[in-house]
Amino acid sequence: MTSPVPTVPAGATGTRGGGVPVRRGRERQPVSAWLLAPALILFGGFALVPLGGAVALSFTSWNGLGTPAWLGLDNWGAVLTDDVTWLTLGVTLKVMVGTWLVQTPLSLLLGVYLAPRGRWRAWMAAVYFVALLLSSSAVALVFKNLLDPNFGLAGPSGPAFLQHPWLGDPNTVLAAVILIIAWHFVPLHTLLYQAGARQIPGSLYEAAQLDGAGTVRRFFSITLPQLRYTIVTSSTLMLVGSLTYFDLVFVLTAGGPGYATRLLPLHMYLTGFTATEMGRASAIATILAVVGLCLSLGLTRLSGFSRMQSQQEGL
Amino acid sequence: MVTTEATAPAATTPSEPVQRRRDRRRVNVPGGLGSLLWLSVVIVPVYWVLVTSLRTQQHFFVDHPLGLPTAPTLDNYRQVVDSGFDRYLLNSVVVTVGAVALTIAVALLAAYTITRNTSRFVARSFSVFLLGLAIPLQAAIVPIFYMITKMGLYDTLLALVLPTAAFAVPITVIILVNFLRDIPRELFESMRVDGAGEWQVLVRLVLPLSRPAIATVAIYDGLNAWNGFLFPLVLTQSPDQRVLPLALWAFQGELTINVPAVMAAVVLSALPIFLLYLIGRRQLVAGLTAGFGK
Repeated sequence: MTSPVPTVPAGATGTRGGGVPVRRGRERQPVSAWLLAPALILFGGFALVPLGGAVALSFTSWNGLGTPAWLGLDNWGAVLTDDVTWLTLGVTLKVMVGTWLVQTPLSLLLGVYLAPRGRWRAWMAAVYFVALLLSSSAVALVFKNLLDPNFGLAGPSGPAFLQHPWLGDPNTVLAAVILIIAWHFVPLHTLLYQAGARQIPGSLYEAAQLDGAGTVRRFFSITLPQLRYTIVTSSTLMLVGSLTYFDLVFVLTAGGPGYATRLLPLHMYLTGFTATEMGRASAIATILAVVGLCLSLGLTRLSGFSRMQSQQEGL
Repeated sequence: MVTTEATAPAATTPSEPVQRRRDRRRVNVPGGLGSLLWLSVVIVPVYWVLVTSLRTQQHFFVDHPLGLPTAPTLDNYRQVVDSGFDRYLLNSVVVTVGAVALTIAVALLAAYTITRNTSRFVARSFSVFLLGLAIPLQAAIVPIFYMITKMGLYDTLLALVLPTAAFAVPITVIILVNFLRDIPRELFESMRVDGAGEWQVLVRLVLPLSRPAIATVAIYDGLNAWNGFLFPLVLTQSPDQRVLPLALWAFQGELTINVPAVMAAVVLSALPIFLLYLIGRRQLVAGLTAGFGK
């Protein structure tokens, strides 16, 4: 444990006259640092250590049953020269960009529209929310069956666009996955934008109105800039979240047809737990973690997030 | 009418609100139409699930997909319940309650320490939690599988509780810290002056005051634990230890062509959360927004 530098002479207690808090000395810490131990042990033991473990396992050969055997850089060589790795990275990137492009305008507009109070809006917001209450595997099952060209919503004589095998056609499956993800998560982001829009001072709109600004002008000159932190929060969630879409895609398409929807985490799972190449899967997992960390840190830097302490912490 | 503006200033002439109202109503036409469109996008699949779950399998192939069932039946629900649904429900409840209780317990201690202890070690630990938010849990699943197997916990519910709780710790600590920071320092100090120990402060001051934040974050963590899929998929095997999201997936594998039964399973799996939503909508929504700042 690091020792805090005592800046107060021994014997000083509590708050000094003049309200200067004197809380540096080891003896005067109001709360023992040991209370952190349970959280650090749990989080460290089941999140941080495994993350390090993934790096370590990536240098081994392990089939999931026996003992991992040291292998060196073979897994990394195999993973980095495998076209499928780059393919899945590409698919992940497409889903990342696609979900952002679909979800951001939709949830922004819906959130701003729902922001004013009112019974009708409250009712609508409540219904929107239902999609978020379903688990990812439930959403996947629903759309898998709903989009079935023969038995789903298309029925024997449904509209032509539904008779297309959206999930079976490698050219359309990614778009379908992106839209289904949006169906599931737009309610969450709508909620964020709704909460954000509610905090915009009404006086700004009144001033703009007096200046003769129209609706569109007010949206772009007031609403959008005022929502910039919400946009950052929501976008970060979408982008980082797109690295974790596993259950939905796993149940919906299992990565297929072919490799068309094989996202990075899915590729990792299939390599590790279906093909029982745990070492190789760990190398993929390491890539996943690195991409996730870079993305989070990059977004935090880019958006000047470090300035907005409290918002950053809520992320 | 939805035109009452909470922030309307006091100094408005009588004509002004009228004008604003008219203006706003004009503004709402595209917005209203767009949101109605989205409403149908949300409702149609949900409606389809409901009516499909009430069809017999024979009618499923001939009925209009969006028509009312010609011969409504609850047989699909009976079949789902008979297939061990109560067991999966119980497992989900055990895992969710266990993980949330564990997370909140350790996170509250941590948040209390972080807000009240200024040492560098504590500050660094807080940064670790912040960084922890960026870890995709998928990246850690292989070593977690290794650890759980070595600990002899494979295929137990405890194997789901521990990692689920661990990955909920960062966001929980951060939300609680944000909340506890707002408790005036004088309250702590006066309790200490009165001779209360750490634990007494925790139990008699921190716990009661942070109850709203705990409820909020518990809902958020609970929803995540309830819907968790990857940990159950990798860390359990036997039907006895199956939780609902996994049971849905397995059910679909067993009954590939019985779509109405699968939809009944979807409805039943969503029902507990939906009932909770009806009861505690406000808290649930607050929980979700608090989870992401704002």
